[in-house]
Amino acid sequence: MSIDSRDFEYLRDFLMKSSGLVVKPEKEYLLKSRLEPLVRSKGMASISELVSKMKAPSARDLQNTVTDAMTTNESLFFRDKSPFEHLDDIMLPYLLEARKTRRKVRIWCAASSTGQEPYSVAMSLKEQAVKVAGWNFEIIGTDISKTVLAKASAGEYTQFEVQRGLPIKLLLKYFTQKGENWVLNEDIRKMVKYQEGNLLESFSNIGKFDIVFCRNVLIYFDLDTKRQVLEKIAKQMDPDSYLLLGAAETVMGVCDKFESVKGARGLYKMK
Amino acid sequence: MKRCLVVDDSSVIRKVARRVLEELDFEIIEAEDGQKALDQCFEDMPEAILLDWNMPVMDGLEFLMQLRSSKNGDKPKVIFCTTENDISHIAQAVQAGADEYIMKPFDREILENKFHEVGLI
Ligand SMILES: C[S@@+](CC[C@H](N)C(=O)[O-])C[C@H]1O[C@@H](n2cnc3c(N)ncnc32)[C@H](O)[C@@H]1O
Repeated sequence: MSIDSRDFEYLRDFLMKSSGLVVKPEKEYLLKSRLEPLVRSKGMASISELVSKMKAPSARDLQNTVTDAMTTNESLFFRDKSPFEHLDDIMLPYLLEARKTRRKVRIWCAASSTGQEPYSVAMSLKEQAVKVAGWNFEIIGTDISKTVLAKASAGEYTQFEVQRGLPIKLLLKYFTQKGENWVLNEDIRKMVKYQEGNLLESFSNIGKFDIVFCRNVLIYFDLDTKRQVLEKIAKQMDPDSYLLLGAAETVMGVCDKFESVKGARGLYKMK
Repeated sequence: MKRCLVVDDSSVIRKVARRVLEELDFEIIEAEDGQKALDQCFEDMPEAILLDWNMPVMDGLEFLMQLRSSKNGDKPKVIFCTTENDISHIAQAVQAGADEYIMKPFDREILENKFHEVGLI
């Protein structure tokens, strides 16, 4: 059964407004496949019933659950590898020189999902312990979804998850076994702070960052939203800070505040 | 074409690994225990070895230790692939010279990821 066209429009507009997610008409099946399990688990009869409950005045939680169900949370450790090589080879050498009077570096993972990205940053820094001794690193992970933030804070991953992108030597070094799962050791976990943050809203109280990871989230937005988000991110950066985007994302034709760093895929600086 | 020796006493696992690795452009050689694998290596050293732990005649760890102490035995990248999923087994394998470690059950993505990790693809 297909979704009633008015329900589809309501859901499309709601998702656009709440998270920036674009749902094209041909992606109606995605709405169905992700919302039907939710409908069943809530004991509702149909997507229509879900939509009418979402319109109720006290439906905030239900709305969040819908946003949660529709956003893609997939992540992996050291995703695409190269951003972490850029961290070791380009960003750290530069920042260790440029920030040497304040000896502090702030790193933001916007849309950090279940934590693999900020924790990969933390492990990379730990691996460079000698070089960064005496420095203060602050890593902040933000995401729109409370569910993924809770999982990220717990730092507990399945056997499947720790086998995606994580070298075995780092698993041995930084994780402890807990039943079938693996838990990140506390010294890595406490390097990262998580907080709720919607990229569509203002984030001026979060401060300025030297490195911003904003990866694999802009792809879900339309051009205007991408531009607005990138311009807001630029305001949280110093003129010589770095920005990292996902493998399928670019600033080209989207935002003219950034230019790519030559020879480093996915890495940008402000113009 | 790079060659990968798949060492496992289960013909089903060997077949699954073969299917994935052939798609990744490896030439596959099979062995059903550590001794046969060692013989194969002495005859013609492969670039990659996918290695089970528990096998009759000679187990994977014994094979790895003998391999690493023989001529050219440091050359192949060795990836364990086993149901031994506890941290002490993993530590033992890494210490004996394993480059990577896959905990069964695995899928195509993990296999590909680990071969990538050791620089074979
Ligand atoms: C595919 S994950 C990317 C995770 C990680 N950055 C990576 O590259 O592996 C996308 C994440 O973006 C989050 N997200 C989607 N819309 C968002 C928004 N408007 N504000 C903040 N986070 C959002 C989702 O909750 C999800 O966790």
